[in-house]
Amino acid sequence: MAVIVRPVSRPSRTFREQIYLWEVWRGLLVTFRHLFVNLSRHARRSVGLAAPEGAVTVQYPEDPAVLGKRARTRHRLLKRGDGSPRCTSCLLCETICPAKCIHITAEDSPDVLVEKRAKTFDIDLGLCVFCGYCVEACPVDAIHMDANEVELSSYSRKDMIWTLPELMGDKKKQ
Amino acid sequence: MTLWILAKVAFALGLGLGLAGFLGWVERKQSAVLQDRVGANRASIFGIRLLGLFHPIADALKMLTKEDFVPRNARRVLHTAAPAISLGFALLCLAAFPYGGAVEFAGKAWSLQPVESPAGLVLVLALLSLGVHGIVMAGYASGSNYGLLGGLRGAAQMISYEVCLASSVAGVAFIYGSLDLQEACLWQGRLLGGWLPAWGIFLQPVGFLLFLTAGAAVTKRTPFDLPEGEAEIVGYHVEYSGMKFGMFLMTDFVESIVISALAVTLFLGGWQIPFVAPAGPWGGAAMVASFTAKLMLVLFFLMQVRWTLPRLRFDQLLDLSWKNILPLSLLNFIATVWGVYFLKGGRLWR
Repeated sequence: MAVIVRPVSRPSRTFREQIYLWEVWRGLLVTFRHLFVNLSRHARRSVGLAAPEGAVTVQYPEDPAVLGKRARTRHRLLKRGDGSPRCTSCLLCETICPAKCIHITAEDSPDVLVEKRAKTFDIDLGLCVFCGYCVEACPVDAIHMDANEVELSSYSRKDMIWTLPELMGDKKKQ
Repeated sequence: MTLWILAKVAFALGLGLGLAGFLGWVERKQSAVLQDRVGANRASIFGIRLLGLFHPIADALKMLTKEDFVPRNARRVLHTAAPAISLGFALLCLAAFPYGGAVEFAGKAWSLQPVESPAGLVLVLALLSLGVHGIVMAGYASGSNYGLLGGLRGAAQMISYEVCLASSVAGVAFIYGSLDLQEACLWQGRLLGGWLPAWGIFLQPVGFLLFLTAGAAVTKRTPFDLPEGEAEIVGYHVEYSGMKFGMFLMTDFVESIVISALAVTLFLGGWQIPFVAPAGPWGGAAMVASFTAKLMLVLFFLMQVRWTLPRLRFDQLLDLSWKNILPLSLLNFIATVWGVYFLKGGRLWR
């Protein structure tokens, strides 16, 4: 088998790039354009004229956080039509969870078609890594990560544990 | 008259220190706006934010209240003296600039230049060179190898570029026929062909470019901030904290003010206002305003360059100095001398 040789030309600089001044000027054009476009936008907005935002910054604590459409946020447990949880306590989410933050205890369901239901369903958000495996593993589409809530801090580790009614939205988390 | 000189010196000092504080704000805000950000806007006094203008005050308070730490291996006296030497020589330069011409008032002529020296240009260059001592001293006295290396880098860079700085202004100094900065300003008051102000930038465009480049390098501003290199290499002021560190930061700003003032004096007509001959006390105020406005414009431009270009490598930096700027500025000088020779009909001296 013949060896294939592909000559690769080294990048070389033209004289215009060598003297550097022209390239500096081109760079300055970019930064000056940004500066003056943004300044005029800021100025026009400050006097109440319609203009696009002069900066992409989100002033987060004052303004709400902007989350992507597919952002994985706090978990939410879905309900059946009668208000009972969709969860059938199959423990698939608890098993796949890499952070081991889901704890479910099962009980018999009064509905014979369902067989089991969750008695308790705790998620320790202090441990959760927001990987979304629980959502993928669930066979009955009972758990979502779309509560659009990311401000989840608390003063103790215990308060980071969310229980079944809180995850279903029946009870407000203090 | 002594009081008048003191007042002028106080004005120069106030202008330098005030502008240095203001530049801290400009640096943050200008970079923010050109990078599509908002920039510093949190510091407030009674809920008034004023576009973050209070941030320099907050910075100064922070610097003053921080611990002033001197490492165990440091040479205490030199360690303390270094920032004072750096800042002191930079501030001294400001006294030599003509902020305005002579003004008639109450039957006397009042000069608006704090220190009227026939060798003002050399004085400024010499004082700028002395600032290197502060850098090397800081690096040496820190008792840290990183600091020492940073100081040596700083010395190599600043001394190389001072040669370039001096040779790039040789051309304009030859045209003006004087080293007096006031003389330079007065010379630039004439018009070329009746419509173009005879500013140094029109007579010596190459000299102006070389001067600005060398000036940015002498003041250790990005793209030439290798002595500090805050992001990736350790600089001469690693072992400094509190207000001593703050003084090094201020030195940078004051030195860029000095370089910009030199650029204004030699290349942008100084206090001259084209087509207007200001006179009287209000004329004096107009001269000072004109000088300050030009100074701010040059500072704005230097700041824009600082936020546009990436940092050079050290060998590229020295190549630029010794292989490019120095030969070019010497060629520029020789061309200037020949140009003047032929324009004056083959006579070099008047």
